[in-house]
Amino acid sequence: MNTSALIMMITTMTVVISITAYFFYKVLTIPPRPEPDSFSENDEEPR
Amino acid sequence: MTLQKDSWGTRVGLILAMAGNAVGLGNFLRFPVQAINNGGGAFIIPYLVCFLLMGIPLLWVEWSTGRFGGKHGHHSTPFILDNMDPKRAFWKYFGVFGIFTNVAVAAYYCYIESWTMSYVMHSIMGTFRGMSQSETADFFRSYVDVQHSTTGIPFEAIIFYILCLLLNTWILSRGLKGVEKAASIGMPLLILFGVFLAIRGVTLGTSGATEAHPNANALDGLNFLWTPQYDSLTNPKVWLAAAGQIFFTLSLGMGSIQCYASYVRSKDDIALNAVSAGFMNEFVEVVLGSCIVIPIAAGFLGIDWVKENAGFGMAFQTMPYLFQNWGPMIATVAGVMWFGLLFFAGITSSLAMGTPWMGFMRDEFKFSQKKGAWTFGAVVLAMGLPTVIFYNEGVFDEYDYWAGTVSLVVFALAESILFAWIFGMDKGWKEINQGGDIKVPLIYRFVIKYITPLLLLAVFIGSVFTPAGNNWNEAIQSLFSGNGWPLDNSSLIKMLTNAGLKEQLAAASDEQVISTLKTKIFYTNVARLLLLSLFVGISILVYIAYQKRQKRKHQQA
Repeated sequence: MNTSALIMMITTMTVVISITAYFFYKVLTIPPRPEPDSFSENDEEPR
Repeated sequence: MTLQKDSWGTRVGLILAMAGNAVGLGNFLRFPVQAINNGGGAFIIPYLVCFLLMGIPLLWVEWSTGRFGGKHGHHSTPFILDNMDPKRAFWKYFGVFGIFTNVAVAAYYCYIESWTMSYVMHSIMGTFRGMSQSETADFFRSYVDVQHSTTGIPFEAIIFYILCLLLNTWILSRGLKGVEKAASIGMPLLILFGVFLAIRGVTLGTSGATEAHPNANALDGLNFLWTPQYDSLTNPKVWLAAAGQIFFTLSLGMGSIQCYASYVRSKDDIALNAVSAGFMNEFVEVVLGSCIVIPIAAGFLGIDWVKENAGFGMAFQTMPYLFQNWGPMIATVAGVMWFGLLFFAGITSSLAMGTPWMGFMRDEFKFSQKKGAWTFGAVVLAMGLPTVIFYNEGVFDEYDYWAGTVSLVVFALAESILFAWIFGMDKGWKEINQGGDIKVPLIYRFVIKYITPLLLLAVFIGSVFTPAGNNWNEAIQSLFSGNGWPLDNSSLIKMLTNAGLKEQLAAASDEQVISTLKTKIFYTNVARLLLLSLFVGISILVYIAYQKRQKRKHQQA
């Protein structure tokens, strides 16, 4: 591969992977809101 | 009216379902071809700019519009839009696009999905073993000709289509939980299969070179895809292609995002959820999508072949042949992974297409989940069978153009104007940020109000007035030199009049060619009539629902 293609590919992929991972990490680590929220799996009684 | 009848199980499930809705076959087949045709590595610059200025803002607009609708008990776009501007009655009929597009696209999309199901089976059965490149391509052609059977099952293409539709309907009949479960299984598997194939693609090198293709090198494919041609950045065609790709890849303008988001409560986040799902789609498209088809094809057939043949057909007509070069065992695994990946990409999108219809029928006509799902299946079957039976006559392509392309742009343009200019940015901005786990940068207030609608307008105008050969620079010069604007046959205006087919007909002298073209024009018009009937039918349902609402209002008063 030529240098410019390699730089373009690696830069783009790194940026996309990093941002995706960052947002997904945030989603997984932010504590859930108090009930009632939009999600049923953390409910004490099924809806 | 009832609120929150259905709900998502988990936040991750919701994001996976939204990402699954966005990730489709285009991520693996359309993106690399668009990149190659529009400046290689330089295409990524307008592509990412359009993602930030049109994709992300529209995701926020659609998510917040949906959540706003859900707060008022609406789970489909006709009455969500109506609720955003109650003074003007026409919005609910504009909202019909948000159901129409889903039904019409599901009708032909499920057909592609059924090909992937069938090709998984054929990969396991070893059907492609020993087939030459042309035999593999012919296999696909005979598959889509419903008169032929590749397995001995009569009307195989129709049977697989019905099976695929039944599977979709069955999952939909289980409500959001069914959709969420399918996405929670499908998306991780899709990524796993994609990573396996991408590693094979990137590490293939020159090992696939043969006597017939001695210069084949997978890295040439990556080179071709990623080498930036900066002069393309000044070409409007490239920017329109990038905007179009962002638009289609994120499933914007369909009405399915609004439907999914309508089950999110006001105090819960949408800002972070929307960007998470959007970036997951980008990961699949940019990282995985660019490392599979093009490098593998270049690795076995050479870059010159790829330049001449890059297109949608490669997925079914070329890839099964290429996998055979890896020996029977890996060929089977690769075939199952490739078509399995496409199947999961397809089904997570087609399931999203069923939910607006179900939401509408439940909200307005008190349909149960099962009844909503099965009526959706029945309408899709009625609309879809012509695309299966008359595939070669152009019904499929006609659906794809009007429902899968034009309708999306029209609807997204209308909703962006409604959100930013009629609903108002003050209320809109509040909706986007309410309950947000991230702070949306203030610049996006300006972007959503001015830039996104302008970009959408450019995409719309670009498709209405596509210049001859898609050459904008020449068309602008022609206009200023007083020679008018030469339209391409793919422009909306020329498509409407069947100009391309009529030109071919005028030039044809062979009786058989003339007859084929006349048949094609006939079926093209039949397809349009079917789509128009569907739109009118849903509009009538919206009118009846509106009358019922009015009656209820009077009774309560």
